[in-house]
Amino acid sequence: MNKKLANFNWRKILIPIFSIISAFIIGAIIIAASGKNPLDAFSALFSGIFGNTYYIGEWLFRSVPIILTGLAVAFAFRTGLFNIGAPGQLAMGGLTAVVIGIFVQLPWFFHMPLMIIGGGLAGFLWGLIPGILKARYRVHEVVVSIMLNYTALYFVNYAILKFIPNPTNPAQSAAMQPSATLNVPGITELVAAIFPNSRLNFGFLIAIAACIIFAFIINKTSFGYELRAVGLNPSAAEYAGMKVNRNIALSMAIAGAFAGIAGAIYMTSLGKIDVEQGLTGYYLLGFDGIAVALLGNSTGVGVFLSALLLGGLKAGAASMQAFAQVPAEIVEIMSSLILLFVASGYFFERILDKRAIKKLHKIRQQKVEVSE
Amino acid sequence: MDIMGILVNVLLFASPLIIVAMGGLFSERSGVVNIGLEGLMIVGAFVTTATSLILQDMGMSFLVSVLIGMVLAVIAGGLFSLIHAYASISLRANQTISGVALNMLALGVSLYLTQILFKAKETEPIGIGQHASSFLIPGLGDIPVIGVFFDWRVILVAVVVVVTWYVMYRRPFGLRLRACGEHPSAADSMGINVTKMRYQAVIISGMLAGAGGALQMLAFAGKFAPYTINGAGFMALAILVFGQWRPFSVMTAGLFFGFLRVVGVTGSSLFPGLPIPEQVYFALPYIFVIIALILFSRNATAPKALGVPYDKGLR
Repeated sequence: MNKKLANFNWRKILIPIFSIISAFIIGAIIIAASGKNPLDAFSALFSGIFGNTYYIGEWLFRSVPIILTGLAVAFAFRTGLFNIGAPGQLAMGGLTAVVIGIFVQLPWFFHMPLMIIGGGLAGFLWGLIPGILKARYRVHEVVVSIMLNYTALYFVNYAILKFIPNPTNPAQSAAMQPSATLNVPGITELVAAIFPNSRLNFGFLIAIAACIIFAFIINKTSFGYELRAVGLNPSAAEYAGMKVNRNIALSMAIAGAFAGIAGAIYMTSLGKIDVEQGLTGYYLLGFDGIAVALLGNSTGVGVFLSALLLGGLKAGAASMQAFAQVPAEIVEIMSSLILLFVASGYFFERILDKRAIKKLHKIRQQKVEVSE
Repeated sequence: MDIMGILVNVLLFASPLIIVAMGGLFSERSGVVNIGLEGLMIVGAFVTTATSLILQDMGMSFLVSVLIGMVLAVIAGGLFSLIHAYASISLRANQTISGVALNMLALGVSLYLTQILFKAKETEPIGIGQHASSFLIPGLGDIPVIGVFFDWRVILVAVVVVVTWYVMYRRPFGLRLRACGEHPSAADSMGINVTKMRYQAVIISGMLAGAGGALQMLAFAGKFAPYTINGAGFMALAILVFGQWRPFSVMTAGLFFGFLRVVGVTGSSLFPGLPIPEQVYFALPYIFVIIALILFSRNATAPKALGVPYDKGLR
C-alpha cells in the first residue's frame, strides 16, 4: 500500500484542483466586474448546495444524469474516441423510457428495469452509428455525433408531438403511468425521511452501480484491456491480434448506453420529456459529461466526484440567481473554464516542473556548499 | 415559393455557412482543428445583436447599427479565438476538447451578458422584418433577377471566398500556412515560425466566424437567444470536409447546404402534398452531412498534421 501511495502521480489530482480553483477565481472576477459581490454570490451558491437536507438531496439528484453522461464520454475516451454525441444518446434513451412509461402497464419492479434497459438500448444503438461509421469508413466520430445530436433533437420533437402528445401543453409529452417511477418501497421512504421534498430517488444508486460497472469493465476484464490498448495505440493493438474495428464500434455503443440510461433516469424522474428548440435544456447534460469525464481523468471514481462538483454548481446556481441576483449562467462559464484548464494541463505541469527544477538546483547548490 | 424566392433564401442561408467555413479553412489548413467555430459564431451573433439594439436605442439607423455591430463581432471573434489558440497551440491542449470548451464558454458568457444587459433570457428582435431590403445596394438591388446578388452580405461572402483563395494559393503567406498544416517540422526547418502562423490562422478563423455569426443571426432568428446559431458552426465544419478544404469547392458545398436548409425550413410549404412531417425537413441537412462524409471518406485529403500540436522537441 505504501509503495502504491509513493508511486501515485499526484499531478493527476493537482491539475484538476488547480483548474477548479482557477475557474472559481475567474468566476469571481466576472461576478465582480458585473457589479455584484462574489462572496455573496458564492455563499448563496454553497448554501444552495449544502444549506439544508432538501438542497443536499436536490444536489445529489442533479448529479445523477451528469455522472452517467460523464461515464459515457469517459468510456469512449479510454478507447481513444471522443463521444460528443452524449446529448443525442441521452435524448433517445429518455424518449424510449418515456414511451415505455406511457404505453406499457406493468408492476413497478418490472416497469422500472424495462425503462432503464430500453433507454440504455436506445443509447447503445444511437452510439453504434458513429461507432460503425468510424470503424468501417474512418469518418470522424465527432462530426457524425454532432449531426446525430441534431437529428435526435428533431426526431424526439417529432415523436413527442406525433405519438405521445400532451393535450394541454404542446411543449412536453403526456404524463407517464403511475407505475413508471424510480420509487422503490423502503428506499423512497428512507430518502424522504433524510432529504425531505427533494427529488432524489433510486436513480442515484443506479448511477453508483454504473460507476462500479464502468471501473470493472475497464480495469478487470480482457475486453476493457483491449479497449484501453486500442485507445493507447491502435496499430499495436491490431498487431497483437485485437479486433480494433469491432472494439471501436462497441466502445461508442456502450458509451451511448450509459448516456441512454442517463436519459431514462432523468425523464423517468421528471415523469415526462420536453420539446426543446435547440440543443439546450436536457441536451446540455450530455455536454456536461465531457467536462466531467476530463476532470475525472476518465476513471469511475473520478467521474463520480467531478459529477458531484458540477452537479453541485448546477444545483446551487438557482439559489445564486435568486439570492445574489447573479445570472445562473456563471456556472456554465465556470464549468467550461474547468474543462479548458484541465485540457491545458500542460500549463500547470510546466509550473510544477519549474518548481521541481528549482528544488533540484537548490539541493545541488547545498551539496556543493557542503563539499566546499 | 417561386424560383427567385428560393434563390434569395439559398444565398441568405448559405452566406454564414460559407464565410465561417472559410474561417475554418484557415485554421485547419494550418493544422488546428477548430470545433469552436460554433462558439465563435455565438459570440459574433451576440455582439452584433447587443450593439445593434443599444445603438438603435440611442437613435442610430438600423443598417449603421448592424454594420458597427458586425465590425465589433469580427473583433470579438478574433479576441475570443485567442483562448483556443493559446490553449491548443501554446499549451498543446487537445484541440477538439479546447474547441468544445470554447463553445460552452461562448454560450455561457453570451447568455450571462444578455441577462446583465437586457435582464432577460433572450434579447428583443433587432427589427430585420421592417428593414429586410436595407441590405440591398440602392439602385443595383432593384434590377430584376441579378438584383439579389447585390445584397452587401452576399458580396461580402463572395469577396471573402476570392480573397481566401488568393491568399492561400497566390501568396507566400498561404503557402507557409499550408506547409504548417502538412508538415510543420519541415516548415520550421525552412525558417517558418509555426506557432506564429497557427496563431494568425486561428485568429483569422475567429474573425470570420464572428462575422458569420452576425450573418446567421440576420438570416434566421433576428435576435440573440440560446438557439440563434443552432449548429451552424458545426455545419460549416462539415462543409469544409465536404469541400475538401478548397475555397471554391467549400463555397459550392455551402451553396448546396444552403439549398438543403431552404428545403428544411420551407419544405412543408414547398411540397404541401407529401405526408412528410416538418421535423424530417429540419433534420435533412444534418443527415445529409453524415451521408456526404461517408461518400467522401475514401478520398479525404485532410491536412496531414491536422489536430496534432506542434512540438519542436519531437522533430
